[in-house]
Amino acid sequence: MNSWSWSVVQEFMPRFWDGVIITLEALALGTLIAFTLGLFWALAQRSSVRWIRVPVVAFTEFVRNTPLLVQLFFLFYVVPEWGPSMSALTTGIVGLGLHYSTYTAEVYRAGIDGVPAGQWEAATALNLPRVHTWRAVILPQAIRRVVPALGNYVVAMLKDSPMIAVIGALDMLGEARAFSNETFTSEALTVVGVAFILIAYPASLLMRYLERRLVH
Amino acid sequence: MSTDQNPSVPGSKDGTELIRFDRVTKRFGSNTVLDNLDFTVAPGKHVTLIGPSGSGKTTILRLLMTLIRPDEGTIRVDGDCLTHEDKGGVLHPAGEKHIREVRKKIGMVFQQFNLFPNMKVLRNITEAPVHVLGMSKDEAEERARELLELVGLTEHIDKYPTQLSGGQQQRVAIARALAMRPQVLLLDEVTSALDPELVAGVLDVLRDIAHSTDITMLCVTHEMNFARDISDDVLMFDQGKVIESGSPEKIFNDPENERTREFLSAIL
Repeated sequence: MNSWSWSVVQEFMPRFWDGVIITLEALALGTLIAFTLGLFWALAQRSSVRWIRVPVVAFTEFVRNTPLLVQLFFLFYVVPEWGPSMSALTTGIVGLGLHYSTYTAEVYRAGIDGVPAGQWEAATALNLPRVHTWRAVILPQAIRRVVPALGNYVVAMLKDSPMIAVIGALDMLGEARAFSNETFTSEALTVVGVAFILIAYPASLLMRYLERRLVH
Repeated sequence: MSTDQNPSVPGSKDGTELIRFDRVTKRFGSNTVLDNLDFTVAPGKHVTLIGPSGSGKTTILRLLMTLIRPDEGTIRVDGDCLTHEDKGGVLHPAGEKHIREVRKKIGMVFQQFNLFPNMKVLRNITEAPVHVLGMSKDEAEERARELLELVGLTEHIDKYPTQLSGGQQQRVAIARALAMRPQVLLLDEVTSALDPELVAGVLDVLRDIAHSTDITMLCVTHEMNFARDISDDVLMFDQGKVIESGSPEKIFNDPENERTREFLSAIL
């Protein structure tokens, strides 16, 4: 246990790659859900219709203030009782995406609030239809300034992705724990730790690059 | 919103008035910015609103642009009511659809330009003609080029607003407003945010437009020389009321009202 063995690492590799694929899949699809659903929440929270606005605010507050772990258990064990049952991976992706969508909603909201009132006034003065104003004037400016903040949540989601292992979707950390328990070794955990850095650090650099490019 | 106005207030299709404020009151909280204001503007006239800050000049432009709504009274543009719509002889507060229709007659240039920073100069100008007037893209671009020539910025057509000086941005904003072919152009302190050396270029463009088109202009400005040069009428505001009006010669050279004299001596 206390000396490093490359042969153990080699033995772990096939399962490691299986785990990497699950991690990246969860991250990519989770991000997609978080980014689109978050925008939907942000717009619904501004709705002038009370019965859209109030439930959405309540729901997003609730999801944001309860643990992801609980939500994953709920989605996997409770929802199928009276709803669709999904595979462990699908549940994990939906859970991550939904949880983080309530954070990205706040990010979008800040971005939308940050667009100067003069932009709305100019759109009114030009008689642009409301939907067109959102699509062509407000959202492009709002999203541009929140790209770095959204990027931070991608990295945060990567770091939370091992949680989906609790419902049986073995990401790279889940594979490493299983492998280590079966073989009484620890190399796999180190490999995965390094792998997280190798994914997260370039992602941070990309965010910083986008920040310089997009936000002045 | 009051509906006690006489619905048979004469429209202005007879050509004597393009803008008509009837007993318009606007409050912000407990502060009454406009107080039972009446005034009219004839088509093609260039009217300058002057007065101390807080006297309600900008509020008039914002009411006309429908950025805000009056608390009482009616506003008509070219005979159509901006504030109310007639439903079976009874006036109701105007709905969005009605407002959009009347608003087509009005354009506005803002103190802070308010160009769309995510669009190049050309698209800033063509966006509304294409998406509001239903103009073809080619036609809108053709027209945008003409307008950019008018404001002297042809070579900047492919730049983003942030790549331009304040004066250039404001000239683009003027072109953008004109692209909608409004009957009324509202100018809200359009040179106040500019560095002094950039003011002249913008005023020259507006002077050209004032002298070469029959567009009606309503202008809030602190540039008294410009006001003197382009205005047919000057309205002096104080505390939400017109306290004096007349030709620029009369107002600037021989004001009757004491407050007007004080105001002019303070700024000239």
